[in-house]
Amino acid sequence: MKLVLEKRPERSRTMQVASPLLAVALTMLLGSILFAVRGIDPLHAIYVYFISPLTTLWSVEELIVKVTPLVLIGAGLAICFRANLWNIGAEGQLIAGALAGASIPILAPQWDSALAIPAMLLLGMFGGMVWAGVPALLRNRFGANEILTSLMLVYVAQYLLDWLVRGPWRDPQGFNFPKSIGFNDWHLLATFGDGRVHLGAVFALIAAAALAVFMARTLMGFEIRVRGEAPRASTFGGFSVPGTTWFCFGISGALAGLAGICEVAGPVGQLQPTISPGYGFTAIIVAFLGRLNPLGALFGGLVLAICYLGGEAAQVELSISEKTAQVFQGMLLFFILTCDTLVRCRVRVEWAARRTSPAEGRLPLGIGSASSRTADAGEATS
Amino acid sequence: MKKLIVLVAVVALSLVTASAFGADPLKVGFIYVGPIGDHGWSYQHDQGRLAVEKALGKQVKTLYIEKVTEGPDTERAITRLARDGAGLIFTTSFGFMDPTIKVAKRFPKVMFEHATGFKRAKNVATYSSRFYEGRYVIGQIAARLSKNGVAGYIASFPIPEVVRGINAFMLGAQSVNPDFKIKTVWVNSWFDPGKEADAAKVLIGQGADIITQHTDSTAPMQIAGEKGIKAFGQASDMIKFGLKTQLTSIIDDWQPYYIQRTKAVLDGTWKSTDTWGGMDTGMVGMAPYTNMPADVAAMAKATEEKIRSRKMHVFSGPIHKQDGSLAVAKGKNLDDGTLLGMNWYVKGIDDKLPK
Amino acid sequence: MSALEAVLLTIITASTPLLLAAVGELVVERSGVLNLGVEGMMIMGAVTGFAAAYTTGSAAIGVAAAVGTGVAMALLFAFLTQTLAANQMATGLALTLFGTGLSGLIGQTFTGLPGVKLGALHIPGLSNLPLIGPVLFAQDVLVYASVAITAGVAWTFTRTRAGLVIRAVGSNHHSAHALGYDVAAVRYRCIAFGGVCAGLAGGYLSLVYTPQWIENMTAGRGWIALALVVFATWTPIRVAVGAYLFGTVWIMGLYVQGIGVAIPSQFLSSLPYLVTIAALLAISGNRILTRVNTPACIGQTFVPDR
Repeated sequence: MKLVLEKRPERSRTMQVASPLLAVALTMLLGSILFAVRGIDPLHAIYVYFISPLTTLWSVEELIVKVTPLVLIGAGLAICFRANLWNIGAEGQLIAGALAGASIPILAPQWDSALAIPAMLLLGMFGGMVWAGVPALLRNRFGANEILTSLMLVYVAQYLLDWLVRGPWRDPQGFNFPKSIGFNDWHLLATFGDGRVHLGAVFALIAAAALAVFMARTLMGFEIRVRGEAPRASTFGGFSVPGTTWFCFGISGALAGLAGICEVAGPVGQLQPTISPGYGFTAIIVAFLGRLNPLGALFGGLVLAICYLGGEAAQVELSISEKTAQVFQGMLLFFILTCDTLVRCRVRVEWAARRTSPAEGRLPLGIGSASSRTADAGEATS
Repeated sequence: MKKLIVLVAVVALSLVTASAFGADPLKVGFIYVGPIGDHGWSYQHDQGRLAVEKALGKQVKTLYIEKVTEGPDTERAITRLARDGAGLIFTTSFGFMDPTIKVAKRFPKVMFEHATGFKRAKNVATYSSRFYEGRYVIGQIAARLSKNGVAGYIASFPIPEVVRGINAFMLGAQSVNPDFKIKTVWVNSWFDPGKEADAAKVLIGQGADIITQHTDSTAPMQIAGEKGIKAFGQASDMIKFGLKTQLTSIIDDWQPYYIQRTKAVLDGTWKSTDTWGGMDTGMVGMAPYTNMPADVAAMAKATEEKIRSRKMHVFSGPIHKQDGSLAVAKGKNLDDGTLLGMNWYVKGIDDKLPK
Repeated sequence: MSALEAVLLTIITASTPLLLAAVGELVVERSGVLNLGVEGMMIMGAVTGFAAAYTTGSAAIGVAAAVGTGVAMALLFAFLTQTLAANQMATGLALTLFGTGLSGLIGQTFTGLPGVKLGALHIPGLSNLPLIGPVLFAQDVLVYASVAITAGVAWTFTRTRAGLVIRAVGSNHHSAHALGYDVAAVRYRCIAFGGVCAGLAGGYLSLVYTPQWIENMTAGRGWIALALVVFATWTPIRVAVGAYLFGTVWIMGLYVQGIGVAIPSQFLSSLPYLVTIAALLAISGNRILTRVNTPACIGQTFVPDR
């Protein structure tokens, strides 16, 4: 028996929409089997996990709080990944943005002006951009692998934050505990509803929409898509490879930095040794769940936020460990990647051990097989 | 006699009705910063939760959320427990301080207990433990048992709590051997077994022949055992990891406090308080003194007893700072405010405190 | 025991898991595949290694279990990336996420239990030599294995046909396919080998380094291993040098504190990462060093019918 992938002549439109949904459904299915095995009513568990976060106004507001940074970062990463640039250091860029932006409320706490918030936001974006600029620079100038440099810089950013809140930026009134002063009211973002949803949510919507338009309508957007799908063509087409690298890292870094300053000037309200529960890494899944489309990041962010809040609800209501949520996220990502294949290929099961020639456009799969042509972002520049 | 029977009957009946028709069980919530499987800080708090369940049975129902990041998630996690009907919530990490105060404002009828912080409100109490009292005792033991006169100290972060512990350890050691030395390694983590093990090995290689730690994993204990020297446990009794190694262990015992505070809510006598409990309250416990000569154990027990009965204060003057200046004069004790923000070493410690 | 000997022993223990994981990933990357799931495979190896050793009382069975789990995780990755042509970065990240969560679930019942330590293997005669005896010839089996694997990999790449095939597949999968090599089969095997090594590295943590199970006990070592491979420009000997250099920087960071040098500890902790970036720079800037060994197809999904 063999699995056979047949490449579709064109990407299936139906599957493009259906594949993320199918992935969520499969995760739920496997999840309920896991719950049943552990003696928990699967239907109830699935309800608590995936539906209950949507049932009260309070948790919907909390969902928005959680979705905000994920969408901001995820939309930027989607662009980056589209161009085959692997910025996996968004967590570091988030911290760098938060540090840069927080310099105003910490170093000039008395500066009460209408300009303060915009300045903080701009500084935050700038900080993220600078932090993301390092891997871009190293890649352009030295050809250093951006995956590793961006990742290493996450640790450096974390230690920098740690050093600042335990040293120079420590609250003098705080009994030497590691935290900065609480930001003054005029340095906090405007909030809506119950006081948790903040201005960042609006930025996230704008960023996702603007980037979607940008990708569809502008030359640079086209260049990025070409670079991702046919790297050689993009060089022949006369596009500047370093240029797109700068641009993609710059935009994703700026958005991660914006997410960072929005977090500290929003729900956190001060600097402390940890300011993010790994948003920068989770956003990578968000970008993929959204099929590397900036608007899709909205969907991706929502699913992951539900997964996370649902996991918390399950801890309280069903006494299920927090690790289950992590396993769920991993499974979800596996299924998304699998279902992604369905967009590009039809899958058939071939019972006879018949080997078809690749020339016919059929790829025999299983051990000793291969794959299809245009992985959405699978091909790197050679 | 008849009256007595009637009285007993009435009391019995009221007890039965109270339990049968009484209000729903009190929900008690706990927020942990780490996984409950860390066998350190969060684990000990969770032991406290289990003790509450055991002691108060059907009167309570406990809820918990583990691995809550100190940051944007904290406020939501606390709010969730409050919304789920918890009447009393313990937030068990310093970083939960400001979110606890914020949520408490919105839920005035819910009682909050925040560990190791300094901000209180009408419905927010704080509690912490004087772990340093135990460190004085182990400092004495170390000075008696160390042949080289050097102890290795594996520290997490240079925050007041840890600095206080180092100072208390040194004062205890100096009370036995004025020339005692300690070598400190900061591993910048509460919990990284590999790094803690490396730090232990490095310290032992540099001549420390007794290991103590202010980090949470059992790794240093195992390393000390391998190298054939003695060590002190931390947070919980680590004797399982060092049958022939552990001298004693400073145990964070939250159980009595959690039971007492839960009872207070049940009785309606709960008030916002600031508890900084030491050995006298049972919050700081010492594991059995093992692997040491009887006279050393006797000395340790005697010191423990003096501290417990408040006959002795660990930070009683004269105490000089590292630079030689006087921190507190003879006949006086360091006040709690200074202790709470302690960011200097006592005289005799050679290292510089990282700032 | 002399101070020097103690430091050397500590460095060896700190470096061995890095070397094991990195040399496995090196083979994977040489075949043109980037597996970001090293951390996930390692942590799963650590938990199952501990569980098996604790349950059976035999550290050897623990090592076998760790290897088996590493391979199983690697095959999951291979199935998604090679059979289903899924994106390698995303799959690798998912593997890490999944492994971290699942290891926590499996490990719940094993927290706070003292484990079984894999014993040292004294090489008769040699282990009694001063200094080098205890340092080099009285180690546990996994330290010897890490050295043997590194040497074996080096030999394979320079001297054998199999090594040639792997390099061909990694540097140009289209040509390799045209020449009649089964690209996916080669990559499946390399990925599985990476799983063996990552499993061993994880087992080393929970059976030798600190014989116990604690959640997240890998503490980012899998990511360091990934960086080491690039640092070493995909050559096994340099991976070994890099792993030991990294271990040395790590231990020296602790050592200088112990002798009372005051440097912000955050700086010392971030030093290994800064060193890696600096090394990446130094090496990336040197075209001769990089071009020769860099697998040109790394991270790309293979297209056989072009």
